[in-house]
Amino acid sequence: MTTIALRVNGQPQAVEVEPRTLLVELLRERLRLTGTHVGCDTSQCGACTVWVEGKSVKSCTMLAVEAEGAEVTTIEGLASNGRLHPVQAAFQACHGLQCGFCTPGMVMSAAELLVRNPRPEEAEVRHWLEGNLCRCTGYHNIVRAVLAAADASAGERQGGGR
Amino acid sequence: MSGREGIGAAVERKEDRRFLVGKGRYTDDLQLPGQSFGVFVRSPHAHAAIRSIGVERAAGAPGVLAVLTGEQVAADGLGTIPCGWQIKNKDGSVMVEPPHPALALGKVRHVGDPVVLVVAEARAQAREAAQLVEVEYEPLPAVSHLGAAAAAGAPLVWDEAPGNVCFDWHLGDAAAVDAAFARAARVVRLDLVNNRVAPNAIEPRAANGHYDAVEDRYTLYTTSQNPHLTRLLLGAFTLKVPEHRLRVVAPDVGGGFGSKIFHYAEELLVLWASRRVGRPVKWTAERSEAFLSDAHGRDHLSHAELALDAGGKFLGLRVRTLANMGAYLSTFAPAIPTYLYATLLSGPYVIPAIYAEVQAIFSHTVPVDAVRGAGRPEASYLLERLVDRAAREMGIDRVELRRRNFVPTDAFPYQTPVALQYDTGDYHATLDLALGAIDYERFAERRAASEARGKLRGFGVSTYIEACGIAPSALVGALGARAGLYESATVRVNPTGSVTVFTGSHSHGQGHETTFAQLVVEKLGVPLAQVEVVHGDTDRIPFGMGTYGSRSAAVGGSALYKAMDKIVEKGRKIAAHLLEASVADVEFADGKFRVAGTDREKGFGEVAFAAYVPHNYPIETVEPGLEESAFYDPKNFTFPAGCHAVEVEVDPETGVVQVVEAAIADDVGVVINPMIVDGQAHGGLAHGIGQALYEECVYDSDGQLASGSFMSYCMPRAADLPMFRTGNHATPCTHNPIGVKGVGEVGAIGVPPAVINAVLDALAPLGVTHIDMPATPEKVWRAVRAAQGGGR
Repeated sequence: MTTIALRVNGQPQAVEVEPRTLLVELLRERLRLTGTHVGCDTSQCGACTVWVEGKSVKSCTMLAVEAEGAEVTTIEGLASNGRLHPVQAAFQACHGLQCGFCTPGMVMSAAELLVRNPRPEEAEVRHWLEGNLCRCTGYHNIVRAVLAAADASAGERQGGGR
Repeated sequence: MSGREGIGAAVERKEDRRFLVGKGRYTDDLQLPGQSFGVFVRSPHAHAAIRSIGVERAAGAPGVLAVLTGEQVAADGLGTIPCGWQIKNKDGSVMVEPPHPALALGKVRHVGDPVVLVVAEARAQAREAAQLVEVEYEPLPAVSHLGAAAAAGAPLVWDEAPGNVCFDWHLGDAAAVDAAFARAARVVRLDLVNNRVAPNAIEPRAANGHYDAVEDRYTLYTTSQNPHLTRLLLGAFTLKVPEHRLRVVAPDVGGGFGSKIFHYAEELLVLWASRRVGRPVKWTAERSEAFLSDAHGRDHLSHAELALDAGGKFLGLRVRTLANMGAYLSTFAPAIPTYLYATLLSGPYVIPAIYAEVQAIFSHTVPVDAVRGAGRPEASYLLERLVDRAAREMGIDRVELRRRNFVPTDAFPYQTPVALQYDTGDYHATLDLALGAIDYERFAERRAASEARGKLRGFGVSTYIEACGIAPSALVGALGARAGLYESATVRVNPTGSVTVFTGSHSHGQGHETTFAQLVVEKLGVPLAQVEVVHGDTDRIPFGMGTYGSRSAAVGGSALYKAMDKIVEKGRKIAAHLLEASVADVEFADGKFRVAGTDREKGFGEVAFAAYVPHNYPIETVEPGLEESAFYDPKNFTFPAGCHAVEVEVDPETGVVQVVEAAIADDVGVVINPMIVDGQAHGGLAHGIGQALYEECVYDSDGQLASGSFMSYCMPRAADLPMFRTGNHATPCTHNPIGVKGVGEVGAIGVPPAVINAVLDALAPLGVTHIDMPATPEKVWRAVRAAQGGGR
């Protein structure tokens, strides 16, 4: 057992973990942040995607101890003051989710894309999401949602002046 | 009211918020007080005798609470996993129905067969202890592929099933088909593989069992599409506990696609283990475990022959199919390649004579049961491949050949020669819509443009029909079903006029919390925000059959309508009293009870309040309260149909196929929420394109699953798929009160043959005439090489 300190969704946490504990196990089982899901055992499905230092990471592929000192953001921490992140809002408006299981990973991944590239083309969105599997939507409305979120954010930037 | 939030309104989903902020409640999310964890030791062999099971080392490992074997299951009197459908052979005798023990007894029969359950304080401890269980196996000859399993001298899965035959069934009129073929101008033949697929809902199955010794009551949280069916089978067959002492909860469920219909051994075993260790026991499948324990789908080998007259009219269809059952009979397995397959072989066409023979074959593989479409994709694939081949061989345009043979729009109701009676449809309309959407007229230009880029472009079409909302109960009972196929609903109008709906249907992505609420808006005039839909908990909802076979709106929605009819009837009596009018004069519309021809009215909320505060009330004749239940048993299946048109580009150098256009037009009956209906179609299309191009459970000849993880089993990804164009042309269902048909499976049923027809169209100039699914780059490349005489 070793104790690690990290920030999760802005809250400081000090947690005792085994060296083999995965970040996703820390989040789900110790911190009870069950919005981050596990859909496979080979790092293919992306349902466990969170941000570590602002970059999307498959939390099944990272040891908890590697997150020592890091700022981790999960789906529970994406909305601010009850206001959905533009990607979350667009997923609802565009019906980008059905069963909801892949959704947290999809949203976290897509939200990072828009940080890197605020106005992606459809093909870029599809390529970026290759690490996230969805069985329900055929991706159609997920892609539409990401593009709509990009539009909405651009509109907000324009409308807000700066 | 109905325009804005009722039937036809694309309202946003009520359930989305919790999923978007990470507050969904899936089975594995639940951690009960005193939670312990179960891990299964599964067979690494496809077929082996169990010589011994050494549990001592595992039992002594840290945190271990129990190490449980099949012998203990039997000693505790638990039942074997039952099959829910009995098929009769051609000679009237019944199918071979071998026992399906929850934990293997004496023998294992497929890789992944559960042998031992280890329960420990922590998941990691259970996993580690499972490694310490010592099972001594004596490997036996195994058979996994259909052809090999059905061949003479094949190793037997069950001694009581000679030739590995589970049943030998037929449907239709063989003599009439012989006569049709005798006078045919042309006979077209085709041998087809329908590839085995894994369901792969992104949420792996999980079960959390809790036995409360004080109350002597069992609670199971499970990833189920139909919690009451699970409770029924647990109560009557496996756990053998009266149902009032059993509660089954299917909370948020992360996709089903059929795989979560069935009663699985793990559900029984976690409840039983909880009783033994005195703590809740949770099991959650890992993905590679899911590949070896979720029922698979499809896996057919078929030979089909179509007889046509000189003008291209279909005269007769003859089909022989081998269907893989796997090692054990899963809950609905025998129904899939029979009553959900052969009955669909008329498609949207007039085929005067049809005869189908189906042999179900045991093999040393994971059980095969329903996966999205279940039997109907196999039928549409066979028929639509055959029609395309006929068009090519006879030199008739493939669209024209289909038109020539459609059931005429004025011929409904139409009785097929394979038992179904289609109530309504307009196959020309959906064909026209899809061809218009994809701009079929200008395909040649797009083909030329692709060619200029070194790509072969192909166009493919399929005109499919399916049957949803399997029913009525009396009919399916006569065909071998051991369950009824109705649905239930309770409508509780609360004193202040809001409405709580309790439905026997289950939502695992379909959006019932929204669409069922829209039905309430439509019927009762209550705002959407005032309606809550409850599902998935047998302690809260009426006994219902759950969700599969695209049945929720057609059967569950109709039950809800029936219950609301009763609410309106009672409301009219209350309103008549309040308005001092006769009941016959009181009408209900737009949420108001009104005396006909006057402006005297009472709002729905006022009537509800009067029902619960019955001060001024017709108490002599009407009971207080406003809550009604209904069960609805459909009169017939519903018959969604449509046209799926696809264009692909094939790279002749690499064999890579890309779907570049997909335009579909479906007749799913009345559309409750167009946004959700489109979403269902999109998902089905991805599933169907996945089967056509990417997905396959590949077994080696020793029975090892070679594609048993997401590393090796190719799931369609975002970049593999185009934007879809969807269209609808509704001919409302004639026999349910809403006019709905069903949409959840249309894509998986309609699109696979369209994709392969498009691939063959692209490759036709190279001389390729046949390819089996999935059309992987390797397969396409080899087909091209073979056609060009390359051989390698």
